[in-house]
Amino acid sequence: MRTHSVSVLVTALVTGALARPAMVVPAAPAGAAGTISGKVTYTGTPPKMKPIDMAKEPNCVTQHAAAPVLTENVVTGPGNTLRWVVVYVSAGDQGSAPATETVRLDQKGCQYIPHVLVVQPNQPLDIYNNDPHSHNIHPLARVNPEWNRSQPAGAPPIHTKWELPEFIPVKCNVHPWMHGWHMVLTTSHYAVTGEDGAFTLSGLPPGKYTVTAWQEQFGTQSQDVTITGGETKTANFVFKATPY
Amino acid sequence: MGKLFAVVLTIITVVSTAIFVLRVWWLPADISAHGPQIDHQLMETMVSSGVLFVLSQLALALFVWKYADRRDGRKVREFPGGATPMVAAAVVLVGAEILALTLVGSKVWAGIYQTPPDPNSLQIDVQAEQFAFYFRYPGPDGRFGAIHPELMNEATENFFGLDPARDTTARDDIVVPTLAIPVGRPILLTLRAKDVNHAFYVPELRIQQDFVPGLVIPLHFTATQPGKYEIVCTQLCGLGHYNMRAYVEVMPQPQFDQWLKDKAAQQ
Repeated sequence: MRTHSVSVLVTALVTGALARPAMVVPAAPAGAAGTISGKVTYTGTPPKMKPIDMAKEPNCVTQHAAAPVLTENVVTGPGNTLRWVVVYVSAGDQGSAPATETVRLDQKGCQYIPHVLVVQPNQPLDIYNNDPHSHNIHPLARVNPEWNRSQPAGAPPIHTKWELPEFIPVKCNVHPWMHGWHMVLTTSHYAVTGEDGAFTLSGLPPGKYTVTAWQEQFGTQSQDVTITGGETKTANFVFKATPY
Repeated sequence: MGKLFAVVLTIITVVSTAIFVLRVWWLPADISAHGPQIDHQLMETMVSSGVLFVLSQLALALFVWKYADRRDGRKVREFPGGATPMVAAAVVLVGAEILALTLVGSKVWAGIYQTPPDPNSLQIDVQAEQFAFYFRYPGPDGRFGAIHPELMNEATENFFGLDPARDTTARDDIVVPTLAIPVGRPILLTLRAKDVNHAFYVPELRIQQDFVPGLVIPLHFTATQPGKYEIVCTQLCGLGHYNMRAYVEVMPQPQFDQWLKDKAAQQ
């Protein structure tokens, strides 16, 4: 039987940090390394970000009394930028040491923080419940083994990992509006866009790369980028948005 | 020993009867138009079964007190014809009581559940799923969008599986996790289950109705008192059943109109 394992992610994605342009995980090959950076935007009319009514869990209503949480399936920023897009090297990666730092997922105010996290196979992932009530985390994995676990208030963190590459939607069985993604990527070259839609993939040794941008509702787009030395190449992604 | 048992029996009878007579644990106040019928029926059941309970327990205590310590094994008296007629008599007596309650109760139940809803009812669609309730109002066009189960997506808050891209009647549907209703207006709920059996129970409304996957079950009532009351699931529906609840907010019509307007703006 397979063991759960692996995974990844972006680290300091705690709320405040999300305003940063992007998360960067540099690899460190010898010689001149290049960088690919760009911005993810949309054209058209995106779905409305709707306030989430958490009436079922009065404590979470109180936590967000000042400003209700909005749906996160499509999060836009000024200038038609898209947040929570994962941009990564999907082909041409020349390998890197396995990631060992622990990635953290918080359940706070009936919300997954971060909404999208990236981990590499077998990278430690700790899941915390910071709310004074239960959660039941349920990653809807298909390639990796699917599981769901209840985590009462005050319970210790769940230590886990994902073993195989997969994009895993995650839901809470108790709070239907809670949704997130665990992106298990084999590459260490990835970024998750912040509100400004910007990303930077650095530390890329010379070579031909395919860079892919994934957005949970709009799907993926890819571009080929060739790095010849210590240069910075630009790759912008534009998704076509529809309101429904 | 026999006398002690008789005393204990009597104490149990008196205390348990007192709990009901003094209404220590009683139903919450009724807030529905049909509630008085239910309460009346409950009271009839309670009184008739209560009287029988008290009489039989006290009779038992009396006999135990009087005869338990006899050592000579003599029978006090024999039921005419022996055990068989005694059991038959008990079955007929108890059965008659249950039958009578059932007949009267069915009439009350059918009068509430099997009557057509008021044609001016406000229709609200209810969906139960593990482990939450969602409510849908038709929006300004007065029509519900069609439901497409394959489009149900919690991540986009599309709990009912609407298709606003193609179905214009679905675009203004108002989907919320709280049931708001105007006081004094007939309400027609249509209950749907997304996954397994659930139940819609509001003690104050004197309503308890199961959701069954594949069925659309109508349920109508009129609330008579403003306030906020809990809706709970009373069918064990999975691990999170304990936490499956929502609220019903009964409000005056103008306040309800405003509430609906506010929610419509958020869709």
